[in-house]
Amino acid sequence: MRDIAVVSVAQHQEKALTHTTEVELMVPIINEARGAVGLTQDDIGFTCSGSSDFLAGQAFSFVHTLDAVGAVPPISESHVEMDGAWALYEAWVKLQIGGVDTALVYSYGKSSPGSLRDVLSTQLDPYYLGPLWPDAFALAALQARIMLESGTVSERRLAEIAVRSLNGATDNPLAVRSSGEATIDSVLAEAPIADPLRPSDCAASADGGVAVVLAAGDRARELCERPAWIRGIDHRIDPHQPGVRDLNRAPSAQMAGANAGVSADRLDVAELAASFTTQEHILERELGLGNGTAVNASGGALAGHTMMAAGLMRIADAAAQIHDERADRVLGHAASGLFLQQNLVCVMEGE
Amino acid sequence: MSADPSIPPAALSGEVRLPEKLADVEPVRSVRTPIRLEYDFIPGDASSGYLNAFADRKILGQRSPVDGAVFVPPRGVDPRHGAATPDYVELPDTGHVGGFCVTRLPIPGRDDLEIPYVSAWIHLDGADIGFLGLVAGIDTSEVRMGMRVRAVWKPDDELGRTAENILYWAPTGEPDIPVTAAGTNAWHAKQAAAGEQG
Repeated sequence: MRDIAVVSVAQHQEKALTHTTEVELMVPIINEARGAVGLTQDDIGFTCSGSSDFLAGQAFSFVHTLDAVGAVPPISESHVEMDGAWALYEAWVKLQIGGVDTALVYSYGKSSPGSLRDVLSTQLDPYYLGPLWPDAFALAALQARIMLESGTVSERRLAEIAVRSLNGATDNPLAVRSSGEATIDSVLAEAPIADPLRPSDCAASADGGVAVVLAAGDRARELCERPAWIRGIDHRIDPHQPGVRDLNRAPSAQMAGANAGVSADRLDVAELAASFTTQEHILERELGLGNGTAVNASGGALAGHTMMAAGLMRIADAAAQIHDERADRVLGHAASGLFLQQNLVCVMEGE
Repeated sequence: MSADPSIPPAALSGEVRLPEKLADVEPVRSVRTPIRLEYDFIPGDASSGYLNAFADRKILGQRSPVDGAVFVPPRGVDPRHGAATPDYVELPDTGHVGGFCVTRLPIPGRDDLEIPYVSAWIHLDGADIGFLGLVAGIDTSEVRMGMRVRAVWKPDDELGRTAENILYWAPTGEPDIPVTAAGTNAWHAKQAAAGEQG
């Protein structure tokens, strides 16, 4: 196996991009990520992105976004209709195969032009679930009810997670929802929007984008003073049919975490891409995160959830803490699908 | 909560059998699941500038900071290099045909269009790439690559913030541009020469 590291990250996120196309959003972000390590597109061996046409409401929207990369001379490129974390995985595999030493990975999501809670219903199976149009909040609330009644979690614990995000996000300029004053009592006093979920239990939807540069071996050391070395990365998927799953659990997260070597050493930081407090609770348990780990100190995805980019943003946030020596061993997590169906875990270390 | 999440629920472990009374029922051949999603499309800075200018009979392009190439319509970026293009350039409504095709099939929703019609790649004077337009006011068999054209605009009181302000492109009668210099040929020749010098 080659040593591969995240050597540069750049991102932008706000509540709604009301006057910017996906291309105009990504031009400065991609240039910042490449420029920070002195690279141009000519120096990039492989480019991979993640996005969804269902958010843009436009077929092949990712092809337009190549304008922000620059494809003259022609580039080696790929795209996944997934969170950018899976694009990072593909780039990591490409670097492992060899032949290239650098990769550009980016993803973006602008859900504000449509209704995200309805767009998400299109990921349901089209015969039994899709025609009923259960929206994303309703399904998450169904899971939350099962968890509460089963004793998997308490409303107080969910409120604790919400407060952790709200308080932590006050120091995060990319967060779109934060509050220094929020308390467990103030969260519990919120009226539910999809009973039993309260507004603070649901991630604040955002528009944004993120770009990451990967490099292998000595190339990474040349480009970056303290590369965030990927020591373990794995992704797993549970069945699509919710009926066969125990919604109190996320076995795919547990397995991805184990394969990525989460518990092999002390973990300073964990950035989790949970869309709901219930899912953040499940992830903490499945990944076995203990007291020594700062979980979503940035506010995590609850404080700003950019569909298709929230996971790569978590990896970028975690890697940045290695770059500027705030942490030595970190975890970035990404999720996709219904009820944490798919999970990706990326463990990174500094030297 | 089951102890081992990899073991499926017992309800799914048995074989599925249809009840007797459903044995001869006609099989389902299709299921309709209509999807309707609405989006408020945001054109962005570059396209907004472009569309707004049309109301004043102006055509805007953008200049690349890399080598000065002018792109129309503007997209906010030089797509060759991923470089932002904040500088707008006002272009004339004259140019030439850089490529064309004669179409004998109707466009749904465009009953006003006479068949056959000519769609052409219009290269404005001062722009380095072309954009799509209709060519009319000439017999389709007379249209040539390199033919000079000028925009025919809607009347002033019908102008809106839309590219539909240009009804079509009509020949000016000026001498043709040689094919070697028409369309992107001149631009690519210039780039190749610059590459050899560089």
